Amino acid sequence: MAAEWTAAELAEIDISPGRRASWRLPGWLVRTARRPHGVFGLVVVAAVLIAAAVSLVWTPHPLLAADSSHTWAPPSWTHPLGTDQIGRDTASWLLAGARTTVLVAAGATAIAALVGLALGTLTASLRPRFAEPLVVLVDILVAFPVLLIAMLLATPFGGSIGVVVVAVGIGYGVNLARVVRSEIVRVNASDYILAARAAGTGLLRRLWLHVLPNVVPVLVVQLSLTAGVAILAESGLTFLGYGAAPAEPSWGRVLADAQKYIGVAPLSVVWPGVAIGVTVLALNLLGDAVAEALDPRLRSQEARDGA
Amino acid sequence: MGLEVSDLRIRIGRRELVHGVTFDVPTGERLGIIGESGSGKTLTVLAVLGLLPEGATAEGSVRWNGRELLGLPDRDLALIRGKELGVVFQDPSSALNPIRTVGAQIGESLSIHYDLDRRELRQRVLAAAARVGLPDPEEIVRRYPHQLSGGQRQRVAIAMAVASGPRLLVADEPTTALDVTVQAGILRLFDDLVGTLGSSLVFVTHDIALLGAVTDHVVVMADGRIVESGRLDTVVDDPREAITAGLVEAARVAAWDGGPVA
Repeated sequence: MAAEWTAAELAEIDISPGRRASWRLPGWLVRTARRPHGVFGLVVVAAVLIAAAVSLVWTPHPLLAADSSHTWAPPSWTHPLGTDQIGRDTASWLLAGARTTVLVAAGATAIAALVGLALGTLTASLRPRFAEPLVVLVDILVAFPVLLIAMLLATPFGGSIGVVVVAVGIGYGVNLARVVRSEIVRVNASDYILAARAAGTGLLRRLWLHVLPNVVPVLVVQLSLTAGVAILAESGLTFLGYGAAPAEPSWGRVLADAQKYIGVAPLSVVWPGVAIGVTVLALNLLGDAVAEALDPRLRSQEARDGA
Repeated sequence: MGLEVSDLRIRIGRRELVHGVTFDVPTGERLGIIGESGSGKTLTVLAVLGLLPEGATAEGSVRWNGRELLGLPDRDLALIRGKELGVVFQDPSSALNPIRTVGAQIGESLSIHYDLDRRELRQRVLAAAARVGLPDPEEIVRRYPHQLSGGQRQRVAIAMAVASGPRLLVADEPTTALDVTVQAGILRLFDDLVGTLGSSLVFVTHDIALLGAVTDHVVVMADGRIVESGRLDTVVDDPREAITAGLVEAARVAAWDGGPVA
C-alpha cells in the first residue's frame, strides 16, 4: 500500500509552505512527461509552437515568392516538401500555417473552457428556478452545429480566423457545459461533499477546493479534444470559405488549395493532412496524459508499478 | 441546554418519513440512536445538522444551546457545523475527498473557522492526527485517502470531525463499514475523545452491542418514531417493545460466534 514518494513529490503535497524552497516544474507536468503518450503529445505540441514562432521571423522561402518555372516541384533540397500549383514553397506555408493552428486551437479552447465552466457551474449550482432556463438555453445551443454558427457569424462579419475561433469556442463550449454540469452534479452527490459541508465549508469554497478539482481531469480531456476539433474545424471552415483568407497561411488553406489538384500532385494533400492529423492526435494523447497525471489515485498506481 | 430535538418531522416530497421525534442530549451526555435500516435514524441526525438531501424538508424544532437550528440559512449553519458540531459518516472510503491530502482534509474545519497561520494550522492538524491514533502523523498527512486502510480512513474522518473541538459529536454508523477487529479500536477512540473533549455524543447504529462501549442512554427508532428510550442497561435487560427485543436478540446472535455476550 505504501507508495514510494520522491522528495520532490513529498514537498509538493506538503500542507505547510515551510519548505517551498526554490522554483521547480509543477508536479503534474513532470508526471505527464513520464508517460510515453505524454512525451509524444508534449513534443509535437512544442514542435508546432516552435514552428509557429520561427515562421514569424524566418521561413525557407518567402511565403508569396511564387516560382512559376517550378510548379508542383517534387520534394528536393531547395523545396523539402515540394511546391504548389503556382510554385510556392509548401514547407514554408505549413510552417507559417502553424501560427493559425496555434491561434485557433488556443483561442477556441480558451473560449470553450470559459463558456463550458461558466454555464456548467451556473446550471449545476443555481436554484432550479434560475438554472432551468439556462439548461434549456444550453440544450438549444447544442443543437446548432459549429458550421451553422460559423455561417451565422460569417454573414455579417465575413469569413476570418476570428469567426472560426468564436464559432468553435461557443459550439464546443456549450457541449462542455453539459459535461461540466453532469460532473459537478455527480461530485456534489458524493459523501465527501456532504462531509465538507459538515465541516462548515461554504458554497464557493466547496466549489473551488472540493468540486472543481474533481472535475478538472474530465475537463482536461474534453478541452484537448476541443483543441483537436478546433484545428479540424479550421481546416474544414477554411476549406468552405468561412476561415482564413486566401493569402493567409493555414493548414486548412493549404489542404483546400491542394485538394483541387489531388490527381496531379497527390503528395501535396498528404503534407497538410499529416500535419493536421499528427497535431490532433498529439493533443488528444496529451490531454489523456495530463488527466492521468492530475489524479492521485492513478499517480500512486504508477509509483507502485515502479514506473 | 445541549441539543434539544422536539417533534421533528421529516418529509421527502409528500411522504412523511419521520413522524415527530423528540429527544434531548444535555451537555456532556451521550445518546445512542438505534434502529433498523429505514427507521429514520440517519435522516434524523442529518436534519439536526441541516444536511438533509435536496427535496427533504424538516419541521418541528432542533435547538442547539437554546438556538433554533431548523430554518436557519445554510450560511449561518456553516458557522456552527465543523466548529460546534462535528460529524463522522458511515463509509470512510467515500467520505474523504480522493484528490485532497489527508492533512488538508483534517485541517478543513480549522481553516474555515479559525484564523490560523500555516504553521499553527499544520501543528493542529498533526496534533489531531496523533490524537486519533494515526501512526506517523508527519508522514500520513501528506498521503491521499486511497493509500490508507479502512480503519485509518475512519480515523482521518474522526480527526476531521474533532479537529476544531466540537461541543457535540455526531456519528452515523461509524463502524458499519469496518472490519470487526477495527471496530473495537474506533469505539474506544470515540469514548476517549468525547471524554477528553467533554463534548456530547450522538451515536447512530443498528447494532445495540456497540453502544455499551460509548453511550449510556439510548432511543430506539422504528418506522420514523421513537418506540422506546431510557438507560442502555435497562433497555437491554428489559426491552418493552418487540422491535427492541429483536435488536437485542440480533446482537446476541451476532456475538455468539465471538464468545459470550458482554
